[in-house]
Amino acid sequence: MIPGVTIYEILTVTSILFFIGVYGFITRKNLISILISVELILNASVINFVVINKYLYPDMLQGVIFSIFIIAVAAAETALAVSIIINLYRQISSVEVKDIETMKY
Amino acid sequence: MNLTYTILIPLIPLAVFLLLGIFNQKIKPSVSGYVGVFGLSISTILSLYTAYQYFFVSGKVNGVYQTFVEKTVWMNFTETLRIDMGVLLDPIAVMMLIVVSVVSLMVHIYSRGYMKEDEGYTKFFAFLSLFSFSMYGLVLATNLFQIYIFWELVGVSSYLLIGYYYTKDSAVAAAKKAFIVTRFADLGFLIGILIIGYYTGTYDFETLNNPEGNAILHWASNSFMGLSVITWALILIFVGGAGKSAMFPLHIWLPDAMEGPTPVSALIHAATMVVAGVYLVARMFPMYYFVEDSFTLHIVAYVGAFSSLFAAVIAITQTDIKRVLAYSTMSQLGYMMFALGVSGYEGHEGVGYMASMFHLFTHAMFKALLFLGAGSVIHAVHSNYLEDMGGLRKYMPITHITFLIATLAIAGVPPFAGFWSKDEILVAAFEQNTLIYVIGVFVAGLTAFYMFRIYFGIFWGKETAYEHTPHESPQSMTFPLIVLALLSIVGGFIPFSEFVTANKVGFEAHLNYPLAAIAIGVALIGIILAWVFYKKENDLADRFAKGFGVLYKWTANKFYVDELYLFITKKILFKRVATPIAKFEKKYVDGTMRGIGSKTVLTSEKIKGMQSGRVQDYAFAFIMGVVIIALIFIYIWTN
Repeated sequence: MIPGVTIYEILTVTSILFFIGVYGFITRKNLISILISVELILNASVINFVVINKYLYPDMLQGVIFSIFIIAVAAAETALAVSIIINLYRQISSVEVKDIETMKY
Repeated sequence: MNLTYTILIPLIPLAVFLLLGIFNQKIKPSVSGYVGVFGLSISTILSLYTAYQYFFVSGKVNGVYQTFVEKTVWMNFTETLRIDMGVLLDPIAVMMLIVVSVVSLMVHIYSRGYMKEDEGYTKFFAFLSLFSFSMYGLVLATNLFQIYIFWELVGVSSYLLIGYYYTKDSAVAAAKKAFIVTRFADLGFLIGILIIGYYTGTYDFETLNNPEGNAILHWASNSFMGLSVITWALILIFVGGAGKSAMFPLHIWLPDAMEGPTPVSALIHAATMVVAGVYLVARMFPMYYFVEDSFTLHIVAYVGAFSSLFAAVIAITQTDIKRVLAYSTMSQLGYMMFALGVSGYEGHEGVGYMASMFHLFTHAMFKALLFLGAGSVIHAVHSNYLEDMGGLRKYMPITHITFLIATLAIAGVPPFAGFWSKDEILVAAFEQNTLIYVIGVFVAGLTAFYMFRIYFGIFWGKETAYEHTPHESPQSMTFPLIVLALLSIVGGFIPFSEFVTANKVGFEAHLNYPLAAIAIGVALIGIILAWVFYKKENDLADRFAKGFGVLYKWTANKFYVDELYLFITKKILFKRVATPIAKFEKKYVDGTMRGIGSKTVLTSEKIKGMQSGRVQDYAFAFIMGVVIIALIFIYIWTN
């Protein structure tokens, strides 16, 4: 718990963070940027887990444990995504979304 | 009487057909001919044995020839209405077995010589076997539906054999014409069958033909447009028969059918298939006789008489010998038809029925002989036309003698077969209907005239210079000629009235001397006229033709019946009816469907961009959806 800071203020911050991530995910053209946006979304939710745990059920640990899990999974996922992107780059020398649209219709 | 073996009579040719048809390419032509002849020989032996058993051993009980039926149910509609498959033996069926077997066997043997150098030799024999199978099935049919099935099968085999020289346009056209015209007539037949099935509840010949049976006793219970429904059905069935038997105005296919190989013409278009119509009327004769006081029989009689006259007149002017024979066939079929038409049922009253079957029998022999003889001539001079022939008697003695016998037989000169049967027909007509009798006698004279016209034209007349000296045909071709000639000589002495009668009780027929004398006299006049005109080359005939002027022109053009048909079909049916319907179909029916298709494609072209394949777009849509749903929930909750 941070003295002088209410849960609403923190949730507002994480919501903003979340929507920045969503905005970035939709608008970015670069695969790396999209990946970063996804990470932003994940981090927003991780912060939510921790904050809600701390403010509402201070004597429990589930939220914190969960956030550790999420971080671990996110790390794995990012590693996977980056490896795909690298492979893609080797194939077409580009990480732009518009260059990998060949699978559509 | 054990009938089980009779089923083999049709099945053996079917087996031969399958064998030759499946192994068409693998069988050597020399083998396939023997296979065909061998298969049919067995059928012939069985047929003759059956005939012997039936007529002389076990067919007769108390002076009445019994009807033997052996059948299994094939399709069940109701308790009584069902379609059976089986064999039925009664005098006319057994007689037809003999006719079909003998002529078919002779034609098979003959074809081995005639078709020798042909590429499709095996195929030809396969088709001949198919035809024999179908014809046997037709003859042995136990009910209307079975006869209809085989009726169509003979139609198909006729189509296949007419169009045998399928590289020739005229043969293809003739085959199509034969098929369509007879198919058109068969539509009437089918409707008639369905009416009979609906109103009498049975297709069985036995039940239908029983004079004390329901079908005949209650024919008057339903009527339509002034006639009993059953009468309509019988008229429609006769339409089918008229189509197959080439009665006016459905005769147009028969002369064209001569495009087929000559043995085929002899077998199908002279001796067997074309008499199917006569056979059908004879098969249902009690129905025809008892329903509506023989109303339909009168139609049969007049159609037959008119056809016989019409065809005989046309036959005089034709120069293609096969066409002359075709019109002659049509004329003789008319004879058989009107003999049935003027026939009664009991005893001597039924002489017309007997005479018709008798003439069917003798005609099959001598007309097959005429065609095979003509084939032998065509084989030698490679032409169908009288202009290219003449003086052949020196080169082809056997063909000449046998052809002469057949010509005498068809002209009605005693003691040849045609005389006896024709005489009975004229007796029957004389007793019932003077007009038809007069037509019959006149046609007899015409027959003698046109037959001797082609006889003199082929074997006497001018000495044509031939490129290759014509020579007598090989033995395989002359043997059938001799056999059939013998049958044409002795065929008339069979006491037919003892065996084949309408009510199946034999009676004794006597020669009616005054009528016979008139018939012979007329025939002799015809022969003498032909002698004067055509024995030596002269211009008498041409001058005569000029004298007749328009009449001659009309006759030579077959009274423009073909042109009339063409006019009706092409100018009226195709142009005024079919073309607008086709246009409507293309524009509206087809157009609607095409429109639906093309509109779908257009729409999808426009909206396919929505499925961009970019995950971001989907995510955007997803998030917008979430936002909208969230807004809706908020709106609901806040109210």
